[in-house]
Amino acid sequence: MTDSETADLEQFRSETRAWLEANCPPEMRKPATSDVDVFWGGRNAKFASEPQRIWFERMRDKGWTVPDWPREYGGGGLSAAEHKVLRTEMGRIGARPPLSSFGIWMLGPALLKYGNEAQKQEHLPKIAAGLIRWCQGYSEPNAGSDLASLQTRAESDGDDFVITGQKIWTSYANYADWIFCLVRTDPAAKKHDGISFILFDMTSKGVTTKPILLISGYSPFCETFFDNVRVPKSHVVGTVNRGWDVAKYLLQHERAMISGMGERGVGRPLGQIAADSVGTDALGRLDDSMLRGRIASFDVDEAALAACAERAVDLAKAGQAHPAFSSAMKYYGTELNKRRYEILMSAGGVDALEWESERSKLGARPRAWLRTKANSIEGGTSEVMLGIVAKRILDLPGA
Amino acid sequence: MALVLTEEQSMLRDSARGLISDKAPVSHLRHLRDSRDPTGFSREFWHSFAEMGFAGLLVPEEFGGSGLGFVEAGVVMEEIGRTLMPSPFLATSVVAASALSRGGNAAQKSEYLPKISSGSLLATLAIDEGAKHRPLQTSLQAVRAGNGFRLSGAKALVVDGHVADLLIVAARTAGAAGERDGLTLFLVNPKARGVAIERTIMVDAHNAARIELADVEVNADGVLGEVDQGASLLDGVLDIGRAAVASEMVGLSEEVFNRTVEYLKSRKQFGKLIGEFQALQHRAAELYVDIEITRAATMKALQALDVDVAKAGSAVAVAKARAGTTATRAVQEGVQMHGGMGMTDQFDIGFFMKRARVCEELFGDANYHTEQLARARGY
Repeated sequence: MTDSETADLEQFRSETRAWLEANCPPEMRKPATSDVDVFWGGRNAKFASEPQRIWFERMRDKGWTVPDWPREYGGGGLSAAEHKVLRTEMGRIGARPPLSSFGIWMLGPALLKYGNEAQKQEHLPKIAAGLIRWCQGYSEPNAGSDLASLQTRAESDGDDFVITGQKIWTSYANYADWIFCLVRTDPAAKKHDGISFILFDMTSKGVTTKPILLISGYSPFCETFFDNVRVPKSHVVGTVNRGWDVAKYLLQHERAMISGMGERGVGRPLGQIAADSVGTDALGRLDDSMLRGRIASFDVDEAALAACAERAVDLAKAGQAHPAFSSAMKYYGTELNKRRYEILMSAGGVDALEWESERSKLGARPRAWLRTKANSIEGGTSEVMLGIVAKRILDLPGA
Repeated sequence: MALVLTEEQSMLRDSARGLISDKAPVSHLRHLRDSRDPTGFSREFWHSFAEMGFAGLLVPEEFGGSGLGFVEAGVVMEEIGRTLMPSPFLATSVVAASALSRGGNAAQKSEYLPKISSGSLLATLAIDEGAKHRPLQTSLQAVRAGNGFRLSGAKALVVDGHVADLLIVAARTAGAAGERDGLTLFLVNPKARGVAIERTIMVDAHNAARIELADVEVNADGVLGEVDQGASLLDGVLDIGRAAVASEMVGLSEEVFNRTVEYLKSRKQFGKLIGEFQALQHRAAELYVDIEITRAATMKALQALDVDVAKAGSAVAVAKARAGTTATRAVQEGVQMHGGMGMTDQFDIGFFMKRARVCEELFGDANYHTEQLARARGY
């Protein structure tokens, strides 16, 4: 970096810092503790609070819901270095992301790479502005880890495809406005070669959703049914029958997103949360030496993972990243998040067992603990991730 | 600061790697061990290292050094880790050079730093006394006598202690073992009366010594930094050493891992390459991830040191703790996956296991640094 680039970046940093100080409401400077605290956007979106609305609208107006997307698509047009500065400065004051969205984390990057100009113009600005909420139609009852064996059919009929089949584990399908969906357009081809990536409106005739009750007592996932849903062929992203390329690319972003979930975690350091319930000894140390050791080891690993996540972004910007690296991060991040919640349950003891009381915020901790068990399953299981690392990064032999 | 090497740092890595892999592959260590080499490293190679500017890598340019940072020192340490090259680089160029440039007065710096840069002076820090690394437990006594001090006590695991031209000795000038106040660093001539040095042949065939001081006289010029206030100087110097050792462990781990993965791709049993077995694939993949997060944590620590040594403590603790667990895992998997071959002295893998064990103890093991992080975070 030249001296003048460094100076420009420092200028950007001080301006960004000042702007965030002036514009991020104090209520938005602490971590989200429940789903209500997260703004997802969409046609039926409601703000949980006035500060949430103000923060979202101010960030949207700067294009900073998607800081590194091009300005023409509603983004902030920031360079890699500027984006890093913005993230660092938001982290410095603990600012929440103004908008959470599968459109931002998953579909957007895929559209930027594989979408045609009309598709980009149509969808990206609405994602950036939080106008449309997206869901992901990938898994099916018989296509989980072996995703490419999916069977949802899309039959050609003039300018349209007619889609029939069932998806499962569709996150928030019951709240979503549109779906990005994998469908089989050529049943005769080999399993990876007959798949297309297609977009459609969830209000289309023939789409129904049914929430699935999970062990956490919540229903973040749905079964989604398609009964002769008619979708224009122009809604296919990329080439017909080459949807697996798009699907894989998007999965890399999904895995990066899931591996980052742990980082959005719980706010205060685990050791201090534990000290509140377990107590401390005369030296001010957690009064459970085994738990203290587990927490400290966790903290070491968490800090190392955070450095690795930062490095993964830097490597990607420098064009040195391995495309399968997100699988490595997804594996480690999700296993770590499960460890975090095992520790939190152990630290909470009896208090972490209440399921319905106001005192326990309706059982927030045990429900979150149970929710984390899905982290190492969704978006590709830990075992699938290790297999990808072994074959694609280490180039080990075998199927 | 991006957590990737800059172009200049990559070039430094390439030249260090070229030189070291060419002149000092693992067979170099094997030869030094088998011939019971009295020096324990190649002085000839150390001079070519110095000519390339590595010996004075951290030394400011005004004292004849290259004036580079800790990331660059880590780059060199990592390459040293790949071939397990015994070298004065850690003790002299990283730890002692940092102690002198951070704590030395003008006279001390101009006396010693140019000699370190030229490769003509070997120096080392003598810190540990007990079985485990506990800097504040230092009890080697320094009592005032005349114009200076008289030092008595013993040190262990003094790297390059039997060949060093200058010892930097941590001693207690006040207070009791365990206390932060009352520590002082001294520059001690190893040839001074009362100094007894025993070279200790170690499991990894790298240099170390036990040193005993009996009423060794050091005059006031030999105090490095401030009397009784050596703890903060020591903290910084040790953190620099820790991050350097973590870098060596990253290089060591990655090399043993690469060799192991190659073996998985060539060894056949049951009519298959053993790398086809999922049990081994998943373990190899887990180890890969461990090494990647360790590399990132180590770069983070080195960068933090470059920004402000005094504020890098937690990042260094994370790096050294992670490097310890990762290297331990890497060498154990390395031996296990090589099967019976891994147990033979003829095969190199065992050298990596032995060096990892020493690196783990050097400047605090994973437990020590995990404990430091817990304390820093207040629980």
